[in-house]
Amino acid sequence: MDFGLSQDQQMLRDAVSRCLADTSPLSHVRECAERDNPLSDQVLRALNDLGVAGMLVPEEHGGLGMTLLDAAVVAEQLGYAVAPVPFLASQVLAPIALRDAGNEEQKAHWLPKIASGEARIGIAISETVEARDGAGVTSAAGKLNGTALFALDFEGADAYIVADSGGRLHLVGAKASGLEAIALTTIDRTRSVGELRFDGTAAEPLADDGGVATARLRAAGRVILAADSLGAGQAMIEKAVDYAGQREQFGRLIGSFQAVKHMCAEMAARHEPCRSLVWYAAHAFDAVPNEASLVACHVKSHTAEVHRFVARTSTEVHGGMGFTDLLGLHYWFKRIGFDRQVLGGPEAVRAEAAALQGWAKAA
Amino acid sequence: MDLDYGPEYDVFRKQVRAFIEAHSHLAPPSSDRAARPSPEAVEWQRLLIEHGYTARTIPREYGGYGAEPDILQSRIIAEEFARARVAGGLANQGISMFVPTLLELGTEEQKRRWIEPTLKGDIVWCQGYSEPGAGSDLANLKTSAHIENGEFVINGQKIWTSTAKQADMIFCLVRTEPDAPKHGGISYLIFSMDTPGIEVRPLKTMTGHAEFNETFFTDVRVPMHQIVGQRGQGWFVANATLGHERGMLGDPDALENRLQALIALMQEERLGQGRAIDNPVLRDRLVALQAEVAAMKYNGMRILSNSLRGEPGGMAKMIVKLQSCELAHQISALAIDAMGELGILYHNSPRERDGGAWQWNYMFQLGLIIGGGTAQIQKNIIAERGLEMPREPKTADMARQKQGAV
Ligand SMILES: Cc1cc2nc3c(=O)[nH]c(=O)nc-3n(C[C@H](O)[C@H](O)[C@H](O)COP(=O)(O)OP(=O)(O)OC[C@H]3O[C@@H](n4cnc5c(N)ncnc54)[C@H](O)[C@@H]3O)c2cc1C
Repeated sequence: MDFGLSQDQQMLRDAVSRCLADTSPLSHVRECAERDNPLSDQVLRALNDLGVAGMLVPEEHGGLGMTLLDAAVVAEQLGYAVAPVPFLASQVLAPIALRDAGNEEQKAHWLPKIASGEARIGIAISETVEARDGAGVTSAAGKLNGTALFALDFEGADAYIVADSGGRLHLVGAKASGLEAIALTTIDRTRSVGELRFDGTAAEPLADDGGVATARLRAAGRVILAADSLGAGQAMIEKAVDYAGQREQFGRLIGSFQAVKHMCAEMAARHEPCRSLVWYAAHAFDAVPNEASLVACHVKSHTAEVHRFVARTSTEVHGGMGFTDLLGLHYWFKRIGFDRQVLGGPEAVRAEAAALQGWAKAA
Repeated sequence: MDLDYGPEYDVFRKQVRAFIEAHSHLAPPSSDRAARPSPEAVEWQRLLIEHGYTARTIPREYGGYGAEPDILQSRIIAEEFARARVAGGLANQGISMFVPTLLELGTEEQKRRWIEPTLKGDIVWCQGYSEPGAGSDLANLKTSAHIENGEFVINGQKIWTSTAKQADMIFCLVRTEPDAPKHGGISYLIFSMDTPGIEVRPLKTMTGHAEFNETFFTDVRVPMHQIVGQRGQGWFVANATLGHERGMLGDPDALENRLQALIALMQEERLGQGRAIDNPVLRDRLVALQAEVAAMKYNGMRILSNSLRGEPGGMAKMIVKLQSCELAHQISALAIDAMGELGILYHNSPRERDGGAWQWNYMFQLGLIIGGGTAQIQKNIIAERGLEMPREPKTADMARQKQGAV
């Protein structure tokens, strides 16, 4: 019995953390966030040198064949550093989708390229969480029509994996004719999302498994978003504690005021159990499949609630400085905001959890 | 990540399960709230000790089962009894707090004299720490004991003493060195509640029951050997016990059981057209609490792993009392909301559900948020010891600063 990270996972965490501290200081994040395409090739290359791109690619396709818990360890560090790199879609969900639902040809073509960092695939499955604004994708005879919102890891993708209204997955080249790709601007300038409009666009279907692969992607995505928030929240708590230990008012360090201490204690007390829940949810994805979907809902909704509290409270501890652009604290605030809504806000995800347990009809 | 306990533990788990299956008909109801154990509960306790399912690692010469400490075995026992919803032996301040203190700091004679009858439910203890002027600021206690003819003579008052009315004995903090600084000069005494000069007045609480009492001491004479630890070292001794109290208040199995009961209630209770669980707002709250209970459960597994590795519990452990007590209260609060108007029924009213247990819990759990160190005191500990934030300036420093400023 050992509940926690293995030594290898701790080493991975430390290596990624050092790599990001070197290559992605706040000054670099800031630079990226001011560009149209915020994703940083420099940071991505450094991470790829550590093998991050191939983590979830099976060994027979040139990857490391690691688990979602390993990916969650990396995601936490990316959140901690607000690193402007594609990860969730291109390095976690795309390899899982291809691994689980791709045919041999698709796997042989894409997986080695993903592992080496030569190719990146974005993911558009938002419709399976919540269809809206007339968006929705239909497929017939190898062609897609309609609109997919919130394609993740949008900029620089070579292809996209898209869920249609029936929950079936399709692979589309980014340069396919009949595809119009429009960048969406979000509060979080360290991530890249976009909208895909299809008009008779040629696409290759992945396996038709009645939406099982898509549901797995949703679960994995939720765990990784929660892990990202966990890291961002950790950073925000540390920053609040540091700031409270330096800033003086009324002739005292503000951290010696109990009102301030209690804000920090409350953040830490709510944040800490999320770490265990993230670990378990990630572990369950690979090792306890019958619990994976439900616990993915739990981890997504619960960390979202806790870290919204952490994001606002840490900002508040910083006083007016927290609200300025000067400290850059807002990058973490916005990252947590992004993680909360993408692939379902807490209420939507909890409704799904209730349906999974037979307490409500599926939406 | 390895969640298996291993094959030898699977064998052990089967044994525990088999025992529970064969004997659970003898167990007292888990909901038994009586301060003094029923004869049924005492019998059950003896059976559990005999088979090593409670008092497992306490040496045989003190009335325990005498097994080598094994964290996973203890964990499996707790899990299996909770899963079967069978009472896992007595849990009271004597067993959970006084016995561990004595094992750590008592004399050989004290251990032989007190541990066995306490474990077997023959002696019920109460904890005499808090005073009207010393709750959170416990070291401010005033109850005094001076020495006269080789005996301590105690005068003063305690308050919020749980089960004092039913207790045989008290473990009590008194000031023996009035001139020593606040935390020094306190001693930890044990004595019989029958000693002349003790008066106990039940203090009715918001639950409608008297869960605790006021306890008055007038010239109460206690032999000098009834001190635990050294004279003036009572603060240190008491702190050893408080750790155990806080451990007792954060049990993840208890949270899981309350949650299951809540789910059952919401599936049965009808509100208007449907069941309570069909109401989307109530259901949303339920799932949110379910996620939080899961987080606390895995937090508990993480603490367990840390202790298996011999590592300190760290922040994961420090937050348990604060989070679990609040969560338990939220679970009861949702149960009451799910009952709507029926949620206010109490005292064996017609239409009352579950014998008023949810109402009682909702109120009593508010008490648990306060008892054993309030939420604010827990946050002070988390901030100062866990996050290493600057300490509150002491009143004395503030007075000195003020003088300096003049
Ligand atoms: C159900 C129950 C059972 C109990 N059983 C026992 C028992 O068996 N034996 C026993 O000895 N005692 C017992 N107690 C007493 C318990 O330990 C005290 O009530 C508790 O420590 C709080 O002290 P107080 O009631 O004096 O509140 P106070 O200390 O007066 O607190 C009032 C408010 O002020 C806040 N406060 C106080 N100091 C600070 C500070 N430094 N920083 C921030 N906020 C602060 C508190 O958090 C609280 O909100 C029990 C209490 C309860 C509720």
